[in-house]
Amino acid sequence: MRDLSVSFCGMKFKNPVTCASGTFGSGIEYSEFVDIDKLGALTTKGVSVTAWEGNATPRVAETPSGMMNAIGLQNPGVDVFIQRDLAFLREHDVPVIVNVCGHSTEEYVEAVKILSDREEVSCLEINVSCPNVKEGGIAFGTDAKSLFSITQAVKKASKKPVIMKLSPNVTDIALMARSAEEGGADAISLINTFTAMKIDIYRKCFVLANRTGGLSGPAIHPIAVRMVYEASKAVKIPVIGMGGIACAEDAIEMMMAGATLVAVGMMNFHEPALMTDIIKDMEGYMEKTGLERISDIIGCMHG
Amino acid sequence: MKKCVAHIISKTQLCEGIIDMRLRTEAARGARCGQFVLVFPNDPSRLLGRPLCICQAQEDCLRIVFRISGRGTQEISELHTDEKIMIEGPLGNGWDVSAAAGKEVLLLCGGIGAPALLQLAQDLCSIKGKENGPKQVRAILGYRDASMKAFLAEDFKEHGAEVIIASDDGSIGVGGNVLDAAKQEGIGADVIYACGPMPMLSAVKGYAREKGIPAYISLEERMACGVGACLGCVVKTAEKDGHSHVNNARICTEGPVFDASEVIL
Repeated sequence: MRDLSVSFCGMKFKNPVTCASGTFGSGIEYSEFVDIDKLGALTTKGVSVTAWEGNATPRVAETPSGMMNAIGLQNPGVDVFIQRDLAFLREHDVPVIVNVCGHSTEEYVEAVKILSDREEVSCLEINVSCPNVKEGGIAFGTDAKSLFSITQAVKKASKKPVIMKLSPNVTDIALMARSAEEGGADAISLINTFTAMKIDIYRKCFVLANRTGGLSGPAIHPIAVRMVYEASKAVKIPVIGMGGIACAEDAIEMMMAGATLVAVGMMNFHEPALMTDIIKDMEGYMEKTGLERISDIIGCMHG
Repeated sequence: MKKCVAHIISKTQLCEGIIDMRLRTEAARGARCGQFVLVFPNDPSRLLGRPLCICQAQEDCLRIVFRISGRGTQEISELHTDEKIMIEGPLGNGWDVSAAAGKEVLLLCGGIGAPALLQLAQDLCSIKGKENGPKQVRAILGYRDASMKAFLAEDFKEHGAEVIIASDDGSIGVGGNVLDAAKQEGIGADVIYACGPMPMLSAVKGYAREKGIPAYISLEERMACGVGACLGCVVKTAEKDGHSHVNNARICTEGPVFDASEVIL
């Protein structure tokens, strides 16, 4: 029996595979396609203190080996989230990572206080890297000092481990990783999407109503591997690696670069059963290579 | 539910840029009129499924009629008989057939909106005159011009709908759009079902409000997941939506069919 379990923030997860926030809702819709109890953890879509409307449509566009999105963090607010989404997840045997968003430090702190009291919540992932909202989001995640301050504020308010989700739209990802660690983060996750643009040359208009959107998918995977490598080398706290993971090989590569957990994002749209396929295929890789514990490969390229 | 294989049984071109494809797939099972499927291009660099309405479905057989509107649909249109493609579905809510009980039904089909209404026409005609069925089923099919060969018009007739053809330039049928045709021909209705371009659907919404009759419209939007998880395809709603708790409803899940009075176009 191969051991797929990993330790993360003092907890033991049955395997290292989770979903990237925003690509899987709270698992309610996709539970028709996949047994969510088989996941290492389930990361929910960003939730804020009050309901957010999100951006105008079109919100999504396909790009070569990827897609762009500018949803704008539409969500029903934390009260509905607790009553509906957490109630659904309480009936399942899967650790829950709740992604939190806000327009201001106060909004982040308020949501964190409410959510960290919930026993269904394993960890909180703080979204300081969404490129599609005007205030908050990425504004906190692209400046090292702001990232440090918001991490401190959130950490002070939280009874649960805090994961800071980092933006790749920075010059030095190692610097940002260290700022989060110094602010007290228990873990970091990366990468969120790259700010991108697509123009309809016949209509002479932007394809997305928001003009810009976040690029994700296999197209960005090699960049994500490089950034996870650089960030994880710079800190001692664990890392959730994500960015275009499409198969077990990609997930293993991300772990070798330094990720303890790996998150599957847009490829869930391509194949709803992908995460459980990856878990199965990871075991196949272990058989083939004689690897007993998957945790042995975490950061093995740091050498 | 799962993503599954579809085998192409036949493919024909109905007119320039419009493809009629019949597929054998378990995704057809249990499909209701007005639902849709995601059709995934085989090219691995095109990762999102194309949301295409179900034109007709029976047992394992699915008929889709779609317009080539980009590289993805172009690739799908180039597939040959016996080739395979991946499909997810059936998805979405579908038409409310019960709203037609005892009513004079008018189906308004604008261009490539027609395929979304054919199965509904068939289902309604099969219960016409019965207690739970409509009194009458009329369809106005609108085209740009005669070069679109009034595609699917014969199918609507075959299933028993009374068909009126309209074209923007008057080169075939009544001159003008589907609403112009309804007015010119003096066609009354107790309920409208419509699918077509957004300006047409806006006009249908206004027309139904003016006449004080219900109208159901099928919307389209760029989609990613197709199952309600990503919130990519939303339409503004008049009231707060029961799922989102904001004034947005998911076209893939609460739709694609909406009561026209409930959405803001």
